[in-house]
Amino acid sequence: MKLNKVAAPDVSHKVILYIEALSVSFDGFKALNDLSLYINDGELRCLIGANGAGKTTLMDVITGKTRCDSGQVYFGQTVDLLKHDEAAIARLGIGRKFQKPTVFEALSVAENLELSLKTGKGVWFTLMARLDSEQRDRIDAVLATIGLSALRGRPAGVLSHGQKQWLEIGMLLVSDPRLMLIDEPVAGMTAQETEKTAELLTSLAGERTVVVVEHDMEFVRSIARTVTVLHQGSVLAEGTMDQVQNNPAVVEVYLGEEP
Amino acid sequence: MSQLASIWGELRRGSNTITLFVVVLFAATVLASLSNLLLPESSALHVSTYTITLLGKYLCYAMLALAVDVIWGYCGILSLGHGAFFALGGYAMGMYLMRQIGDRGVYGNPDLPDFMVFLNWDSLPWYWFGMDQFWFAMLMVGLVPGLLALVFGWLAFRSRVTGVYLSIITQALTYALMLAFFRNEMGFGGNNGLTDFKEIAGFDLSADNTRIGLFVITAMVLGVVFVTSQLIMRSRLGRVLVSIRDSEARARFLGYRTDHFKVWLFVYSALIAALAGALYVPQVGIINPGEFSPVNSIEIVVWVAVGGRGTLYGAVVGAILVSYAKTRFTSLVPESWIFMLGALFVFVTIFLPKGLAGLLKRRLQRDDNGDSNGSTETTTGEARA
Repeated sequence: MKLNKVAAPDVSHKVILYIEALSVSFDGFKALNDLSLYINDGELRCLIGANGAGKTTLMDVITGKTRCDSGQVYFGQTVDLLKHDEAAIARLGIGRKFQKPTVFEALSVAENLELSLKTGKGVWFTLMARLDSEQRDRIDAVLATIGLSALRGRPAGVLSHGQKQWLEIGMLLVSDPRLMLIDEPVAGMTAQETEKTAELLTSLAGERTVVVVEHDMEFVRSIARTVTVLHQGSVLAEGTMDQVQNNPAVVEVYLGEEP
Repeated sequence: MSQLASIWGELRRGSNTITLFVVVLFAATVLASLSNLLLPESSALHVSTYTITLLGKYLCYAMLALAVDVIWGYCGILSLGHGAFFALGGYAMGMYLMRQIGDRGVYGNPDLPDFMVFLNWDSLPWYWFGMDQFWFAMLMVGLVPGLLALVFGWLAFRSRVTGVYLSIITQALTYALMLAFFRNEMGFGGNNGLTDFKEIAGFDLSADNTRIGLFVITAMVLGVVFVTSQLIMRSRLGRVLVSIRDSEARARFLGYRTDHFKVWLFVYSALIAALAGALYVPQVGIINPGEFSPVNSIEIVVWVAVGGRGTLYGAVVGAILVSYAKTRFTSLVPESWIFMLGALFVFVTIFLPKGLAGLLKRRLQRDDNGDSNGSTETTTGEARA
């Protein structure tokens, strides 16, 4: 039984994700336009940008959902992500949380986590698979972290919107990814939940690399060390929140409308 | 701890369904067989051999419905061409039975079936070779439909054909096969199909004992297929299938090659359908291209919808009830059945989206509302509207 032992990405140059000259167009509309971006290992990076700036498309390309027209995406020094499909990229240790929470509503909360475990994903393997005590502990620990221990046996469909967001984050956590791509984690969360999410994401960085796409500027300010601003499919500015906010180009296209 | 408890609860609940199903099936089979064999024909409780054969036919349909429920109910693959696998399994069995006729046919030719003599063929086509051997024919019952499902599934699922498009091409598949099998040159008896069978593995097909034997074997195979399918659906594999049904893209991002899962499930389902077809043919005594007709495949879907998707027992119950209704109504007003079938489908879709199984579940839940923990856990499988 193969356990999908995947070689860790080669991060000898500190960069875990190389995106170079990436272009994607849909029917002539350039969703990504010659975009280059480098994410360091262990970093917590925020991507911001107006609607249509290309944030979700970028995630789609990295995770293998969308094919690009030109450009390169490397995971570490050696792994060419453009040559892999979604399942293979997930097995490499790149986890993704979607903008709209998509949990498996017919399955229970614990079963959602079970399916996300970092373990064999083949047909035969899953037919024979039983949870071992280590995996059970891991599920328990994640349930405690996301505050859903009491609801473990309930179908995920009955959870509130905020709880589904948490469950998705839990599904990411339990899969023990090296790189987490998180699309709008706090949409629909209460102020308190948002604060908790910020805490969690900050604590994850270092050991893992976290890339967060978010509209909520308050939230971005509370977690970000480096912010990348996307505009019309390319990088407009990069730096700390303060640098970015004082960048005249950014002020004009994105933050300009805010007081 | 509570995780352990919930797994234990799941197991216990699961084995209850399985045990209940097997016990009911076993009891019904034994009762029907014994009252045919032991009670005199004058007794009110006597079950005629005709009824036994009819029951055997229903059990074959039940198995076919189960095959469709496995892919549709658990993985969201709506096949409108599953009759094709059933018919192919049936034809493989039919070819064996044809060869068993030997020189007892109308033309008395020991090597060629009657229809080939009639067509002035002087030798057996290559694909008929070996079909006089029971083991070889049984191998073909699985191999031919299994390979077709593998190739078809591989092409369709790898290209990510889903939903309505998949349903349409499955329908086209069975339609194309029907047209092909209608042709005399295909060597499968054309329009008339294969019939006039005499014996199976040395047993006289018209004898009561053989008919009861076939009925009992069908019931046993159905039992085995049911239990196997339940175990698959209760494994992690079953949960992956449900996740593919509910959000295939999401399952891919968790690292599952969803096309592999779908292809293998499709092959498994086709094998069940083929087995059902192989058991059906010796009991009804004929297989013809009509079995490939698209309407047949749609009827299977109606059985599953009536019984309730994603429960397995629902499919079995639906198939038996609707087939019984068909037997009754077609003997009263033959032309009206197709309209009743359509009306039934519309009714179930609107008023009973989860079928009879859903109705039963709701009833059971209302009964044990006191134990809130238990009742919420029963909804786990079918929380979706």
